[in-house]
Amino acid sequence: MTVTTSRPEGEVTEPKMVTFTIDGIESQVPEGTLIIRAAEQLGIAIPRFCDHPLLAPAGACRQCLVEVAMPDREGNVRPMPKPQASCTMTVTPGMVIKTQVTSPVADKAQQGVMELLLMNHPLDCPVCDKGGECPLQNQAMSNGRADSRFDDVKRTFTKPVPLSAQILLDRERCVLCQRCTRFSDEIAGDAFIALQMRGARQQIGRFDEKVLGFESPGCGCGDGGCGGAEAGAESDEVSPPSVPDAAPVETDANGQAFSSYFSGNTVQICPVGALTGSSYRFRARPFDLVSVSSIAEHDSCGSAIRIDHRRGQVMRRLSGEDPVVNEEWITDKDRFAFAWQSAPDRLTTPLVRDRDEHGNRGDLRTASWAEALEIAARGLAEARAASGVGMLPGGRLTVEDAYAWSRFARQVLGTNDVDQRARAHSAEEAEFLAHAVAGTGIGVTFADLEKAPAVLLVGLEAEDEAGVTFLRLRKGVAKRGTRVLGVAPYASRGLTKLSGTLLPTVPGAEAGVLASLRDAAVTGGSPGTGDPTPGGELTTSAAAALREEGAVILVGERLAASPGAYSAALALAEATGARLAWIPRRAGERGGVEAGLLPNLLPGGRPVTDPAARSEVAAAWGLTDAAQLPAAPGLDTAGIIDALSVGHLSGVVVGGVEVADLPDPAHARTALAAAGFVVSLEVRRSEVTDLADVVLPVAPPVERAGSYWNWEGRVRSFGAALDSTALPDHRALHALATQMGSDLRAGTPAEAHLAVAALGAWSGERAGAVGDVTTAKATSADGAVPAGREARTFAAEPGGGPAASGSAGTAVLASWRLLLDAGRGQDGERHLAGTAKRPVTRVAPATAAELGLSEGDRAEVATARGSITLPVSVTAGMVDGVVWLPLASVGSRVHDTLGATPGDVVRVRRVETAGQRQTAAEDDGARWPGKEQS
Amino acid sequence: MTELLPVLTETWDAPRSWRLSTYEKHGGYGGLKKALTMTPGDLVQAVKDSGLRGRGGAGFPAGMKWGFLPPDDGGPRYLVVNADESEPGTCKDIPLMMASPQHLIEGVIITSYAIGCNHAFIYVRGEVLHVYRRLLEAVAEARRVGYLGTDILGSGFDLEITVHAGAGAYICGEETALLDSLEGLRGQPRLKPPFPAVAGLYARPTVVNNVETVASVPGIVARGVDWFTGMGTEKSTGHGLFSLSGHVTRPGQYEAPLGITLRELLDQAGGMRGGKPLKFWTPGGSSTPLFTAEHLDTPLDYESVGAAGSMLGTRALQLFDDTVCVVRAVSRWTDFYAHESCGKCTPCREGTYWLKQILHRIEEGQGQDQDVDLLLDLCDNILGRSFCALGDGATSPITSSIQHFREEYQAHIDGRGCPFDPSASALFPYTPRTRTPDAAGRELAGADAGGH
Repeated sequence: MTVTTSRPEGEVTEPKMVTFTIDGIESQVPEGTLIIRAAEQLGIAIPRFCDHPLLAPAGACRQCLVEVAMPDREGNVRPMPKPQASCTMTVTPGMVIKTQVTSPVADKAQQGVMELLLMNHPLDCPVCDKGGECPLQNQAMSNGRADSRFDDVKRTFTKPVPLSAQILLDRERCVLCQRCTRFSDEIAGDAFIALQMRGARQQIGRFDEKVLGFESPGCGCGDGGCGGAEAGAESDEVSPPSVPDAAPVETDANGQAFSSYFSGNTVQICPVGALTGSSYRFRARPFDLVSVSSIAEHDSCGSAIRIDHRRGQVMRRLSGEDPVVNEEWITDKDRFAFAWQSAPDRLTTPLVRDRDEHGNRGDLRTASWAEALEIAARGLAEARAASGVGMLPGGRLTVEDAYAWSRFARQVLGTNDVDQRARAHSAEEAEFLAHAVAGTGIGVTFADLEKAPAVLLVGLEAEDEAGVTFLRLRKGVAKRGTRVLGVAPYASRGLTKLSGTLLPTVPGAEAGVLASLRDAAVTGGSPGTGDPTPGGELTTSAAAALREEGAVILVGERLAASPGAYSAALALAEATGARLAWIPRRAGERGGVEAGLLPNLLPGGRPVTDPAARSEVAAAWGLTDAAQLPAAPGLDTAGIIDALSVGHLSGVVVGGVEVADLPDPAHARTALAAAGFVVSLEVRRSEVTDLADVVLPVAPPVERAGSYWNWEGRVRSFGAALDSTALPDHRALHALATQMGSDLRAGTPAEAHLAVAALGAWSGERAGAVGDVTTAKATSADGAVPAGREARTFAAEPGGGPAASGSAGTAVLASWRLLLDAGRGQDGERHLAGTAKRPVTRVAPATAAELGLSEGDRAEVATARGSITLPVSVTAGMVDGVVWLPLASVGSRVHDTLGATPGDVVRVRRVETAGQRQTAAEDDGARWPGKEQS
Repeated sequence: MTELLPVLTETWDAPRSWRLSTYEKHGGYGGLKKALTMTPGDLVQAVKDSGLRGRGGAGFPAGMKWGFLPPDDGGPRYLVVNADESEPGTCKDIPLMMASPQHLIEGVIITSYAIGCNHAFIYVRGEVLHVYRRLLEAVAEARRVGYLGTDILGSGFDLEITVHAGAGAYICGEETALLDSLEGLRGQPRLKPPFPAVAGLYARPTVVNNVETVASVPGIVARGVDWFTGMGTEKSTGHGLFSLSGHVTRPGQYEAPLGITLRELLDQAGGMRGGKPLKFWTPGGSSTPLFTAEHLDTPLDYESVGAAGSMLGTRALQLFDDTVCVVRAVSRWTDFYAHESCGKCTPCREGTYWLKQILHRIEEGQGQDQDVDLLLDLCDNILGRSFCALGDGATSPITSSIQHFREEYQAHIDGRGCPFDPSASALFPYTPRTRTPDAAGRELAGADAGGH
């Protein structure tokens, strides 16, 4: 947009092709192709270890040597004197390559390297996790000598060394290909492991004083080069990772060196059995496993995964390969957190509860499906007839489920009182989703992020809330210099790893920051016209970056708690031409928006208020009269809970909703307790189970087929990995609807899937944006009044703008969920939990001084409802007057304990008795029976 | 008869030779003053015309190397002096920097001016603390009188020199590993391309030259190209330091035109120690294939030594008389390569680990008949398969010693032990820390027992 080129837009440049010969076959590849890839294209497999298509070439293992000849200036093809590493050399015109297939020299070179690699490698394949799927094993058979001539002394190491709670390193097996260190450095940005020592004693390691001979702080040698290293060489002792009580600097890195969110990928790409996962180690043999492709359920990225199961039990999960989505990487949560699906508190049969004549709840008892459905149908019919029934489907649904829920609400319950958002939310958000997200199909893609010149993150911490999105952003930063801008209270480690620029923002003031960016963009973005105030230059340059063609604005669901922010983001997108994408945290939310799991939307982005839209839906659903569909927007989550608490709704159907995730859990508990009739569709027991009248057990993702829509809008379908009799949500709802005399057309996975396709995207007039986009200079005062906030009854003071802190001992609350926290999806996986960041309270240095806090102190953050006490991390560069807590970590359940949402003003004070765990935190832990406390 | 020709060594015996004033008294910094009147392009051309070849071992023409730098883009470009002299036997740069550091400093200033560098680095081997200190003082001296800093001698040219001490790794003498180490990273060789001339230090165009190469530049500038090309041979012009060590009567640095023979050098050095016959020698450090007495008349220039099957390398002439067991000597060198292998690539890391064990086995009488062939095959699997040239270098002493002395290896295997008395080759007695049982017995028996 700022740069005009003579080339017409959208023209695809044909890659320049290079003609070459390999093993006598003449072929062509695009310029810049590595020899090893060119060979692959012709089906010639050159053995390799350090080579990985997504990592920069290293040329370290020397396994892929081939003979190369190239034309000289006169055109005579001259062989190079030495065999060349095919993983580092690109094909050039006229090149003649001989691999091990045709060259005795290459064959001998490969066999020689293989012999050297095997010489110090232990012969423990029968007990090695990698045995059976091991590139070293396989290539030793295909490209190695039949026997070894090595009968000298093997190199030995202590085995294994825990790099972290979940990654173990067996140094004897390591071939030092550096895939793991290169991944950690190049891809994840967590260079927590590195080569140490040298020569035959070279090894992978994390920072360890004993291995490095690191005497005391201040040596500063960094690697094994200093004199002290040699002294350390005598000792193979490696101290186990420990969690220091008060790590002074990296308080949130849990004191362990390899606490990366992506460390599990190193286990998968390790070409030998050197890196193993604690949870899978010694548990299965690869050839006993059945592998099924699937989609990860822990975030909205829709990462392709592979599920390996044996005799009905999932043994491990690996990253799948999907170049357009997650490439070959997944987060550790997607990899390791699967035990929740078979947790001991799994619901296996329907449960019903009888009430006495006063409505007092009795005990839950096991029931047959027939009885449970009958009771549920009767109860819902009565509640519908009374004051009506609302639906809270939650964010874990597949899109097939979401359609069934949506249709059940409209067709069976005759209501628009349905809202999937079990989190802070607002009417403004619902309008934003209707306007800018629902029915828009695939918008911004992962590939667009990689190519974008600039990406603005607002209300989104990519590393914590959308892991592989973070990786793709980082790839763009590394390969193309994408400029990342973050609207946040402090530069998180994730933003830092993206070389991002922080636009320091007090929670709640996002709209103002976005509006000033928009103003700067409108005034042209030239430095002279910029805001002369401090930070004005930053705003101007950020606005200019967003005006570049291909720029992207990524908004997270957390903006719902910041009034006016969604509207301001839309206005900014319009003013700059940047494309906008909404990234929710949970896997089902984008699909839910498509299915109409919002009070203002029907499937495909159809506004409930539009008669034509209702007619289309009615026609698709086979309803004779469109008037059967409710026309008025319904209640959102907060509205439904309010209505239940005062009897304006008689019943509720609840899906995957954790009460503690709601903005006001206490209020929600009261409301559900007051509800006349509660039906719960859940995988595992939850707080809702304890208040439900009928509990219908539903299948976890591993036991059913379905599709998620990831945040791009891409359909991510998966099959059932395990045989199961458990019903997916859509089948349970279909049966319930049948019982109530209605047909949802969702009785089988195929039928449910077709039902999604039956309604295309809305082609009529889209729902309008919130307010007037061109003039929305939103502040917390205007724009729509967020319903979620209105409904809150707790005592926290309302949030404010940048100057809100003011009064002594208070600060504005900032908070978001960390990737690894107290979420129930991570239950039963203690190794994974061991790499979670330690919960801390963050404050800026000036604010810390004002509040009398210093690093390592314990600070109490309190509202009238309760308090959370955590160690203090004084965070440089953080915006003043703000206190940050993890939203839902162990010992820090912000919604539940404080009854507060980000943007609220909370009290902060230093706690004198350090080391004592705060009572509220312990209560919190105790309420989560499935969560293992470390 | 080629005579010695002191150029870099000219002032070494002067009182306080390391002082700037001494250097200037002997005509020092005349080259710089002349250079600053020339254009950088003319300087590069002069060095090209002089035929000066890299003195660090590979012998790459220095002027051509400078010419590889891309055109000035306004960004920084660097000169890095490789003073990480670590090759066994090589001992020329360290005495040069110790005795006459201003030779190097003047060369750095002229070279920097020629290539458009305003910040030069001298990466000096960390173990030689005394040399590091002397360089620091030499830089400070030059700075005090205005040879360094801004607007040098009114020319408008600015230059700072940073002297950096390495941390004790042989690999850091490899130019790309040196650059990584200088940047604060783990010292391991980089993938090439890009070559340092395009993306070297901090990914900027960089020239990496050996100490002696850079120190030779002032003479070329001051005395002229013809003076330089008048020395040496047609393709190996100029003067060079020849470091004689081992069983020679007067070990030390002998500066002479390239093309001198070992026989001529030995005449200057008083012949072999004790008049014993020469058994084998290295022409350019331990990484160059061994020569024997039959090569005494091989001219020591790049072409002749190459034609004779070795490399001129760093002109580190280690001389061994007939008391030396070649297996023992090669085994010690191999220990060095195994110890110093950086570990990056498989052939060097694992190969030297294995070679070391086999050689020790043979030396201790545990060798097997196929071991010599195994050594040769292993060397074949390392040579040309490793990431950098250091892996190749590790095989040179083994393959060349087997070529010349295969029967001696066989004698170790057949005789179940070393036929030599290790103490016989030693100059003075000492108690070795480790010894084979046999050798221990002999050493304890003889009053003048010892190692070397």
